[in-house]
Amino acid sequence: MGTVLEGKSIYSGISIGKILFYGKNRGEVSRDRTCDPEAEIKRYEKAKSVAIDQLQELYKKAVKEVGEINARIFEVHSMMLEDDDYNDSVRHIIENQKVNAEYAVSATGENFSEMFSQMEDEYFRARAADIKDISQRLISILEEREHGEQIKEACIVMAEELAPSETVQMDKKHLLGFVTKLGSSNSHTAILARTMNIPALVGVKISEKYNGKMAVLDGFTGKLIVEPDAELLEKYRKQMAEEQRKKEMLLKYKGRETINRQGKKIKLYANIGGISDLASVINNDAEGIGLFRSEFLYLESEDYPSEEVQFQAYKQVAETMAGKKVIIRTLDIGADKKVGYFGLKDEENPAMGYRAIRICLTREDIFKTQLRAILRAAAYGNIAVMYPMIISVSEVKRIKSIVEDVEKQLEAENIECGKVEQGIMIETPAAAIISDRLAGEVDFFSIGTNDLTQYTLAIDRQNPELDDFYDAKHEALMRLIKTTVDNGHKAGIWVGICGELGADLSLTDAFMDMGVDELSVSPSKVLAVREAVINGN
Amino acid sequence: MKKFTYVITDEVGIHARPAGLLVKKAKELDSKVSISCNGKSADATKLMAVMSLGVKKGMTVEVSVSGGDEEKAAAEIEKFFQENF
Repeated sequence: MGTVLEGKSIYSGISIGKILFYGKNRGEVSRDRTCDPEAEIKRYEKAKSVAIDQLQELYKKAVKEVGEINARIFEVHSMMLEDDDYNDSVRHIIENQKVNAEYAVSATGENFSEMFSQMEDEYFRARAADIKDISQRLISILEEREHGEQIKEACIVMAEELAPSETVQMDKKHLLGFVTKLGSSNSHTAILARTMNIPALVGVKISEKYNGKMAVLDGFTGKLIVEPDAELLEKYRKQMAEEQRKKEMLLKYKGRETINRQGKKIKLYANIGGISDLASVINNDAEGIGLFRSEFLYLESEDYPSEEVQFQAYKQVAETMAGKKVIIRTLDIGADKKVGYFGLKDEENPAMGYRAIRICLTREDIFKTQLRAILRAAAYGNIAVMYPMIISVSEVKRIKSIVEDVEKQLEAENIECGKVEQGIMIETPAAAIISDRLAGEVDFFSIGTNDLTQYTLAIDRQNPELDDFYDAKHEALMRLIKTTVDNGHKAGIWVGICGELGADLSLTDAFMDMGVDELSVSPSKVLAVREAVINGN
Repeated sequence: MKKFTYVITDEVGIHARPAGLLVKKAKELDSKVSISCNGKSADATKLMAVMSLGVKKGMTVEVSVSGGDEEKAAAEIEKFFQENF
């Protein structure tokens, strides 16, 4: 029946396809003597110009997919390839040691990345990876094979771990699934798999020997079956067809109103992490965007995104949604999502550290730039704003006074802007417990169940060892949600859920009984949730 | 030779992309531009050398410009620092 590898499923579904082993340092570079160093230098020069062309293409592709600021990393790589010292080093090694270009590039890359990896500052240390990346690109070209991240045909990607910068470069239409050794159910790979609606496993004993082999990825049972026999393959083909039929059945729920058994209209929105998710929002008939994770603008950027860059992104989303609600969450950096240029210090306990609104309230310049962009974009659609990691009434009052300042400033500058509804994330136990007092200050609550769970249960989301203890339906959590909904309603504001739990169909009935007004879920889950709301008990 | 000092105000310091732009700028000039900080110095036409200075916010850099067009070059480089770092 083939080799069975077990792992933890982070997104269910079935995929059948070839395995592509994604290695960062594929193959050792051999050191070969040459009697014609001149020819090796010419090979190197040619490879360099091919690399620069590739980077320009990647830059253009990334601009379209993720925007200009996120694409800049490829521009930086081009600049590094033009560096005199780097080029001199490669040439010297070829000339003095009379060796092949591949070896000279590999040795140069090692030396330069070593130099950066010893620097004190985290931002500069991280540049070692960029140097390794450009060196690897050159070696791939010299060896006339594809650079690691190229995916030409449909495949199941197997890797030690995948970083956001690596997945950005992958051609998404060829991805059938992910299998990684590291990562937890809340890692970047997991979120990407859920957004793309493809199965994924973590904690799998990966090996390069599986590269190119046919496999079945079963995200329901958490198994990867390499080289399955014909009988098993047939069974899975049938199951896939069945899944497909279910999906098609859900299509009947497109265009329908989300009204529950109690006759109440539920706002069914989608969570997005960038402009590229919009197509999926529209295809799945979401009624608005309940969580626009604005930090992606900061995460994939080399520097603080300017007001103009942010304004264009928010405006595009608002216009595309054509009058439907778009709720932008202000930046949620820190903890697991760290950005070099913010210059944040390492912390013992980042989840409880300097992050999200705490950064915004101490570095008002960053916050005000984002607020200006949001208020300006509000002139082009139905935008609301919400603030993460709130724990007190005084924080909310301070935020509102900053927003007022920004509004006045824009008015004084005669810049067009729109009115926005303001809400807060309820994602700390503190906020849930005092939600009666917070309700009077805002227009809505959105419960962030991922963080609320981790803080309530004292369980680190990033630690895969704790996955067994992580009970997403813990009674304490259900009580906090209920309290929040009740307190919101007493003050006459609406209350929604934007965390992963909102898409848990086994809880939909419970949420309807509690009186939850809004559910915001991954675009791919919208129709299934609508079905559950309409046909609930 | 023309010299000026500049205190970095950019949050991340002299980081990759603006450093790359600085290198482009320095290559266009006839004068030789060098940047010193923390007792180390780097030729401004060399990206990795400039980045390896590890210049952070709040640090003072000394920039020296020498050559035929040093008067004009120094003014341009100083303006570049003000706009980018």
